[in-house]
Amino acid sequence: MRLTFTITRFNPETDPRPRDEPYRLDVERGQTVLEALIRIKQEQDGSLALRYSCRSAICGSCAMDINGAEKLACRTSVRKEIERHGRITVAPLRNLPVIKDLVVDMTSFWGKVRAVTPWLSASALASRTETGRTLRPMLLPRDRYQFHNVDACIMCGACVAACTSHEVSRRFLGPAALAKAERFLADPREPADAKRTRLRFLEQPDGIWDCTRCNFCVEVCPKDVQPMEAIIRLRRVAIEAGLARSGGARHITGFMALIRRSGRLNEALMPLQVIGCNLRRLLRVAPLGLRMLWHGKVPSPLAPPIPGIAQIRTIFNSFGHLKRITRADHT
Amino acid sequence: MPLTYALYPGCAAKGATPELYQSTMAIIGRLGIEVQELTASSCCGAGVVGEGEPDVALALNARTFAQAEQLGLDVMTICGTCQGVMGAANKRLKQEPGLLDRINRVLEREGPIYRGTIQVKHLLWIVVREVGLHRLGQEVRVPLNEFRIAPFYGCYILRPSWDLGFDDPENPTSLEKVIRAAKGEPVAYVGRTKCCGFPVILEQEAIAVAMAGTNMKEAKDSGADFMVTPCPLCHMSLDIYQDRAGQAVNANLSLPILHLPQLLGLAMGIPAKDLGVSRHLVPVHTITRVTESRRMQLTDRKGVASHENH
Ligand code: SF4
Ligand code: SF4
Ligand code: FES
Repeated sequence: MRLTFTITRFNPETDPRPRDEPYRLDVERGQTVLEALIRIKQEQDGSLALRYSCRSAICGSCAMDINGAEKLACRTSVRKEIERHGRITVAPLRNLPVIKDLVVDMTSFWGKVRAVTPWLSASALASRTETGRTLRPMLLPRDRYQFHNVDACIMCGACVAACTSHEVSRRFLGPAALAKAERFLADPREPADAKRTRLRFLEQPDGIWDCTRCNFCVEVCPKDVQPMEAIIRLRRVAIEAGLARSGGARHITGFMALIRRSGRLNEALMPLQVIGCNLRRLLRVAPLGLRMLWHGKVPSPLAPPIPGIAQIRTIFNSFGHLKRITRADHT
Repeated sequence: MPLTYALYPGCAAKGATPELYQSTMAIIGRLGIEVQELTASSCCGAGVVGEGEPDVALALNARTFAQAEQLGLDVMTICGTCQGVMGAANKRLKQEPGLLDRINRVLEREGPIYRGTIQVKHLLWIVVREVGLHRLGQEVRVPLNEFRIAPFYGCYILRPSWDLGFDDPENPTSLEKVIRAAKGEPVAYVGRTKCCGFPVILEQEAIAVAMAGTNMKEAKDSGADFMVTPCPLCHMSLDIYQDRAGQAVNANLSLPILHLPQLLGLAMGIPAKDLGVSRHLVPVHTITRVTESRRMQLTDRKGVASHENH
C-alpha cells in the first residue's frame, strides 16, 4: 500500500519555524511507523532526525506524536493508524523543546525524575543495620509491598508530552516523575520519616496537587503505568499522613464532608471548604459568586439532604477511614 | 415505543447549572425519550470522593444503580464527569463479585442491593446511538447553518477509553455528528479533547484558567461562533471563568458556551427561554437572535403547527 507520511521537520538552528513535509512510501503488511520512518531516512532523506534503539517497546526512546497522540513508533502499526485516522502524521512530542525533527530535549524530564530522588534513602539501610536484623536491606519482603504497575515505566516521556497541566505549567513535576515517586513511597524498606520527607516535598506547589485528573497520561502510556492513579494514591497517602492543609487536600476532605452531610455537592458551600478563612482568596472568588447569584446559579446553602441520607452515612461509616485523620489535623 | 431511562441528574444540574436540567427536560420528549428521575440518588463522587475513599465512591454509585435496577431501567447521565465515574464504577462492580458482595452487605441494611444488571449511558450517546441521527434530523426545525460550532468533549466522557467504549479518544465524532444533524458546521481544533481545568479551579485557578483559555482561544481562532459541551463542569469552567480564562491567554473570548441539550433544543425550535440560556454568564444572544427570529418565522407561517401534529 502506497501511503503519504506527513512529517513535521524542524531544525531550530536554521529554520524559522517547523514545516510539514510529505513522504510517499510503499508500506508492507505489518510494518510499524518506526520501520517506515527508518526506510524514509534510508531511502529518501538521510537528514531526517529520529531517536530509537530497541525497536520493541523496551527502551522508550521512540515516543512521538502520531496522528495527534503520543505513541511509541516501534509499537504502532501503520495499517491500524490508517484504519483509525485515514492518514499518518508524525511530529515530535509536544511541550518539550525540539532538538531536531522528531528528537526532543528530555533534559527537563530527567531533571524532574531526579528531583523526586528515585532511590532508597540511606536511612533505609541504616535503620535495618541498627536493629541488627538479618534481612538484607536491598531485598524486598515479598508480601509487603504493592507497586501496582509503576515500576514498568520505560521513561518514554509520552505522558508528560500529553499532560494538560504540564502544557500550561512547565514546572509541574508531571506524571512520570510522580509515578516514580509513588513507587518509593510504596516501598516498605524506607522508614516513616523518610516517607514523610518525600511527601512534604511532593505536596509543594508544582507537585501532586497540580494534576487536573484529565486522564491523558493514563490513556497514552504504552506500559499501562496509569500515572494519574499513582498521583491519586500519593494524594491519599499525604492526607492520611496528616498533610491535609493544602487547597487540593481540602478539596477532597471538604467535598467528602459535604456529600456525607447532604448526599449531593452544594456549590455554594464548596469554596468555603477549599479556601477556608483565607480572606484574600475568598475575595478572589466572591465576585464570581455574586455574578452566579445574579444569574440564578447559586444553590441554597440550606438545601435539605437527599432522601435516604441515613444510608449515605452508613456507607461512609462502613467504608471510610479518612475522616478521623483529617479532623485531627484540622483541630 | 419510547426509550425509557432512569435519569441521574447529578449535582451540577441540580445546583450551579440548573439550565442543564431544564433544557434536558425540554428536549427529551421530542426525541422519544421518557425518564423516571432518581430523586434519591447521591453524588457520583466526581472522582473526588474516589481520591479520598475509593470504596465509598463505589458504594455510593452501587446505591444509585440499585435504585435504577428497582425500576428495571438503564441510567441516563447528562454530565460527562458523572458518565466517566459511574461507567467505570459499574464496570468494576460487574467484574469484581467480591467487591460487589462487600458493598451489598452494607446496602442491604437500608435499601436494595445491586445485582449488576444495568448500563449507564450519557445523553450524547443515547442521542447518537439509540434515538439516532436520522430521527434527530427530523426534529430539526431551526437549522443552525450559519454557525461554526466548536465541540468540547471534556475528559471523562473520552478517557480512559477502555472504561467508556463509545468514542475514539483520539478522534471522537459523536458531538460532530450531532452538530451536523443540527445543520451546524463543526470546528476542527486540537483542544476539543483536552481539559477544562475544572477539577483544580478552586485551589489552582491559574492552571485551570490557562487550560480553559488556551482551548477557547484555539476554538475561536479556528472560527468558532460558540462552543458546545456534554459536561456541566466544563461548562462552569468555560462560562463562569471565561473572563479570567481570557485574561490568562490575553484574548477577548466572548465565546458563548451551550450545554448539549441547549444546542439540540435551539435546533429543534424550542424557545430559548425554555432552555435556561439566560443563566449563563457569557451572553448567548449572538445565537438566540438568529434562532429566535427563525423560530418566529416558522410559527408565523400557517401550516407549521398542523405539520407538527402529523
Ligand atoms: S491526569 Fe494529571 S498527570 Fe496525568 S496528564 Fe492529566 S494533569 Fe497530567
Ligand atoms: S509512565 Fe508510561 S508514558 Fe510516562 S514515561 Fe513511563 S512508560 Fe512512558
Ligand atoms: S525503539 Fe525502543 S521503545 Fe521504541
